[in-house]
Amino acid sequence: MTAPSGRPKLAVWKFASCDGCQLTLLDCEDELLDVAGSVDIAYFLEASSAAAAGPYALSLVEGSITTPHDVERIREVRRQSEVLVTIGACATAGGIQALRNFTDVQELLSIVYANPSFLSTLDTSTPIADHVKVNFELRGCPIDRRQLLEVIGAFLAGRKPQIPNHSVCVECKLRGNPCVLVAHGTPCLGPVTQAGCGALCPGFDRGCYGCFGPMESPNTASLVGALAAAGMTEDDIERVFHTFNAWNEPFRSAPHHQEVS
Amino acid sequence: MTHEPKSSRTLATEALARVEGEGAMRVQIHDGRVQEIQLNIYEPPRFFEGFLRGRHYQEPPDITARICGICPVAYQMSACRAIEDALSVQVDGPLRELRRLLYCGEWIQSHTLHIHFLHLPDFFGLDSAVELAATNRPAVERALELKKIGNELLELIGGRAIHPINVKVGGFYRVPSRRELLAFRPKLEQAREMAAEVVLLVAGLDFPDLEVSHEFVALRHPEEYAILDGGIVSDAGLAIAEAEFPDHFEELQVEHSTALHARIRERANYLVGPLARYSLNSDRLHPEAAAAARAAGLGPTCRSPFRSIVVRAVETLDVCEVALEIVDAYEAPDAPAITVEPRAGTGHGATEAPRGLLYHRYSLDHDGIIADAVITPPTSQNQASIEDDLARFVSLNLDLSDDELRRGAEVAIRNHDPCISCATHFLDLTVDRS
Repeated sequence: MTAPSGRPKLAVWKFASCDGCQLTLLDCEDELLDVAGSVDIAYFLEASSAAAAGPYALSLVEGSITTPHDVERIREVRRQSEVLVTIGACATAGGIQALRNFTDVQELLSIVYANPSFLSTLDTSTPIADHVKVNFELRGCPIDRRQLLEVIGAFLAGRKPQIPNHSVCVECKLRGNPCVLVAHGTPCLGPVTQAGCGALCPGFDRGCYGCFGPMESPNTASLVGALAAAGMTEDDIERVFHTFNAWNEPFRSAPHHQEVS
Repeated sequence: MTHEPKSSRTLATEALARVEGEGAMRVQIHDGRVQEIQLNIYEPPRFFEGFLRGRHYQEPPDITARICGICPVAYQMSACRAIEDALSVQVDGPLRELRRLLYCGEWIQSHTLHIHFLHLPDFFGLDSAVELAATNRPAVERALELKKIGNELLELIGGRAIHPINVKVGGFYRVPSRRELLAFRPKLEQAREMAAEVVLLVAGLDFPDLEVSHEFVALRHPEEYAILDGGIVSDAGLAIAEAEFPDHFEELQVEHSTALHARIRERANYLVGPLARYSLNSDRLHPEAAAAARAAGLGPTCRSPFRSIVVRAVETLDVCEVALEIVDAYEAPDAPAITVEPRAGTGHGATEAPRGLLYHRYSLDHDGIIADAVITPPTSQNQASIEDDLARFVSLNLDLSDDELRRGAEVAIRNHDPCISCATHFLDLTVDRS
């Protein structure tokens, strides 16, 4: 689990995804060469053609499980990894491609491909934790690079990562953003969405659209009422919950949770 | 290291490194001839075009960004322009300039990533930029600093570098003040200096003799080195509007790939990306970037896939100049976006992603709900041409050992900076010498 250098071995794995979350590691421009000095980057195909064999001290896993082959591959990654951390909405919730879970995948195949029979794909896109034990899930579409560095640092030090699970509302208060929902009537998922982005969208005069998925104890029924009062139709409400974390409860069923008043 | 070539062999790479996404290659050699070459794109299909149906016209900038974490702005810009075309509105003035500025950030970030992290290690026989840092740490530190400025520009205009949150049909949610942009000017000046140094670094590399004859396709704009808009042109005389793309290009499904192969109808495969863009538009470069290109040994066109690293460096310098011009002339618009109203219609939008032409088409119903979406990314357009390059490289180098041949073939692929994540709807090398 340590390289001949004595440094712990880090591996980065990709399943169905856009590569954005593993790119976040390369986007740590100020820290990258230090990280590369304190761990042995043993497997990271996007950055290196050298691929050292496992086992690995820490595996970062990006992407969701969408093919029979990947169901087997993630089990092998788990066997090779002391600590397995999933990074991003695809790995932690199935990603945008989990929209297939609500529909007929053969119909989607026939929209995109002339000969769907050439393709081997599952009917669902599911998070890594549905298939193997996961030691920590880091949320976001994409993940936040400060949070990624915290998680890598924590696991190398053998401590629990300090990642808050409160809502985006807390970050808005900390930044001093006026509430876009209350002050402007702009539909916002901030009250039910986990913090981590730094309340980016409200800072740009836009409602949160839920990249980090549901916070610890979300009152989606109450928010659905507020969204309807802000002028959203039932279809609008379904669409706003059903994006990058659509398969994560309670976002999955939130559109049907309207409060009875 | 050469060895007696067997009459039949198979070369395979199961997972290509230093490309974006997942792919493999398989080469079959029989009686000393290349029989079959396949870039297998096994990146799992994600069906974006399928689940865009039934979504609202304001959603594709956020949704299609998720096709690619390396070039999300390209997806956002092509999506916005296609939908605005369907809604018969045009975004111009300072809003168009801000879009170009955002796109400059993505080109700086993406090109710097490819030049240093994906491509440059090949020229030194190294596996990664981290290994390169052991022998040339200043070059890698400069790359990180330049990439960081690209990302900071993306954050300034777009809110964040990966999947920006500030882009919408009609413009932006919030626009920066003139003061905010001017405060960024020193970083752009620093980026321009570093980009000029990168051109000098890559100009000094050793380039194998290899020229390709693919038809080049790129956008062309009356005044600018086209990024955000323009007509679609080729060096075989094609000159069409974006809306005519479906009349002249088609995508075909092949059994070995989850990416569709594109071709020019009634003709053949073609190439988009830096070589095509530069060869069709070098007269539109900013004077400083044009001078740097000449000093780096480039003529008005470039057909060497290996020298694409020089073209990317020249393009990086060019967009630094463009960004400075935009910042200097910027006056904040009255509103962050123009008003758009839903209406039924079909619209087309093509922009120059860092890897080449990216075309989107949307059909909307009268409520602005998407009835049909078509997305044609650069790598699926290039896949057949990349396979041609591979076949040529392998045919000319059959005396190499399997390992040398495999490594050279991988380099031939990385020359084109394929983005496999994008291409699916792209690569393992298996070389079969049976």
